[in-house]
Amino acid sequence: MSTSDTPPVRQEDDDLQAARRPHRDTAGRVFAGLSTGAGTLILVVLAAVAAFLLLRAWPALTAGSEELAAISWIPDHGSIVRYVGPLVFGTLVAAVLALLMAVPVAVGIALFISHYAPRRLAASLGYVVDLLAAIPSVIYGLWGGLWLSRRLEGVWGWLADNLGFIPLFEGPAATPPRVMMTVGVVLAVMILPIITAVAREVFLQTPRLHEEAALALGATRWEMVRMAVLPFGRSGLISASMLGLGRALGETMAVLMILSPGLTYSFALLLAGRHQTIAANIALQFPEASPLGVSALIATGLALFVITLAVNMAARWVVARRKDFSGAN
Amino acid sequence: MRHDATRGTALAAAAAVLLLAGCGSDDPVNHPWRPGGAPTDAPAEAPVASDLSGSVAGAGASSQESAMQAWVAGFQSANPDVSVAYDPVGSGGGRTQFVEGGVAFAGSDAPLDEEELAAAQERCAPGEVVEAPLYISPIAVVFNLEGVDSLAMSPATVAGIFAGTITRWDAPEIAAENPDVALPDLGITPVNRSDESGTTENFTEYLHATAPEAWPHEPSGDWPVSGGQSAQGNSGVVQTVTDGTGTITYADASKAGSLGTVRLGVGDEFVEFSPEAAAAVVDASPRAEGRPATSFVVELDRTTTAPGAYPLVLISYTLACTAYEDPATGELVSAFLSYVAGEAGQAAAADTAGSAPVSDALRSEVLPVLEGIG
Repeated sequence: MSTSDTPPVRQEDDDLQAARRPHRDTAGRVFAGLSTGAGTLILVVLAAVAAFLLLRAWPALTAGSEELAAISWIPDHGSIVRYVGPLVFGTLVAAVLALLMAVPVAVGIALFISHYAPRRLAASLGYVVDLLAAIPSVIYGLWGGLWLSRRLEGVWGWLADNLGFIPLFEGPAATPPRVMMTVGVVLAVMILPIITAVAREVFLQTPRLHEEAALALGATRWEMVRMAVLPFGRSGLISASMLGLGRALGETMAVLMILSPGLTYSFALLLAGRHQTIAANIALQFPEASPLGVSALIATGLALFVITLAVNMAARWVVARRKDFSGAN
Repeated sequence: MRHDATRGTALAAAAAVLLLAGCGSDDPVNHPWRPGGAPTDAPAEAPVASDLSGSVAGAGASSQESAMQAWVAGFQSANPDVSVAYDPVGSGGGRTQFVEGGVAFAGSDAPLDEEELAAAQERCAPGEVVEAPLYISPIAVVFNLEGVDSLAMSPATVAGIFAGTITRWDAPEIAAENPDVALPDLGITPVNRSDESGTTENFTEYLHATAPEAWPHEPSGDWPVSGGQSAQGNSGVVQTVTDGTGTITYADASKAGSLGTVRLGVGDEFVEFSPEAAAAVVDASPRAEGRPATSFVVELDRTTTAPGAYPLVLISYTLACTAYEDPATGELVSAFLSYVAGEAGQAAAADTAGSAPVSDALRSEVLPVLEGIG
């Protein structure tokens, strides 16, 4: 974004320095080697993880359905694909649900901090949001699972009674509310701070000139936000959402503690025993798994790895595509 | 600058306080894992000056974990130079590690199957495999129903509830067995374990044996009915039942807390769970045949009509060898397991984990074998 015009400057700077000190470049070369090494290392690690997942998942991927049926928690006559399918579905439902709830709220908080709050309040609020983003997700998970979820039972009951004709809210709502909808809310709370923190930074980058121009043309503050801030921040907001999505996809403990698991392709968010996510399932089944079972679990982990890669690549693509005609330039 | 320095100090102080607080909650002085931190209410033992030293490792069933903590603490306070480690990896993991020689002893919720027994005999050769039922724990059927503390249920009723054929608390089956209780017009939400567990296996085995018509499923460590409420671990299901209304589950009796409990139908009477009632059903059950003389595997008689017996129990076996390659290991295993099977050990486990102490009759058979390990 704003850094797009800096590299040439830095390049010139480097050249200048090199020209000035032609014989004392050993340190420079060592540093270049080190940073190249670090850059290579991350690729090697990524490749190693992918190789490990493939290698360890291979026995399960190639096993016959009879061998797999011997694992007690894999449904009978199942192939590994039929086992992974509902898990992938559940993982995506949880993450998307969390994102749908968290992004609007995060945008609201970020806009308030960047454009509405008095300056002194904004500074301290921004500090608090940064602090919240640093709290490990398991803390939010504990709070959500032990305190929040219990208080949602009445709301879910009301939803099921009054909006039960929509398949999403099919009733009767489960008691206690160990259902996907609760997981969505808790995951939304968990990813809210990180999305807010990034979105606030992005909104603060809006060129002052754009904002003042909008106001000068007679725009109200809301119109200014709509015309200048939001278009400018769109690609940054997408990156922020993807960061949150990544956190939601891999979240384990909170889901493990809240959800009554089940392996189906159901959209009924208020019924127990319908969904399960990959990460929570691995944590749940690993302790008592046989060698082939561990291999099957690693195969589900491979699926999660692929999903996360795909989501991030899609986000990059969206950001790159929008960059050309967003307010940034 | 000065301001920043002050803030830095304040932050460091806050972090230090947090760290200290963390230590405080994780490592209380009297924690059983702490050397010398035996539970104060454990039977006091004369501080024998023991010459045992070294370390010995075991692994296996997580059901034995809290009892094992008490045993390790009790044993180490009498033998300060010995360290005993137990890794609660699960029954399957424990059996595998034991057979492969990774650990000296193991805990398992199920006896070794034929294949494992053969492999274990190879591992223990020239000695024999010891399987001793040293951890007997009643499984309670608990529910959360306002104003009701106790209900009587025949096995068929329990099976009907968990199979989903009895769906309301005021169903005629429950009402007929509890004429004096005002039952609410409320749906029943059965809660099961979401992880594979010995508790589930014993519970389904009990339902399968006592109510085959109401419970059409085979015994299994995984819950056979899908699409219901479930949670991980004993504490997970108990938490779920506490959070809901009209919920019912099965859990290790020591975790039952203040929830309402079910008295199970045995013969013509209804029996509340208790350590004595649980030990009674083990005594009333025959020994499994075709196993080595040092194997004390019990074929639990779930359909017993013995008076005062509570047939819904989990037996967790301790696996060991009668001889070890390293005599020092053998000596340690012998001393530790003899303590576990002894009155002091069993009382410590009953205090901490709510298990049922083994009967004197069983002890008199098991102890000589354990003491003979070398």
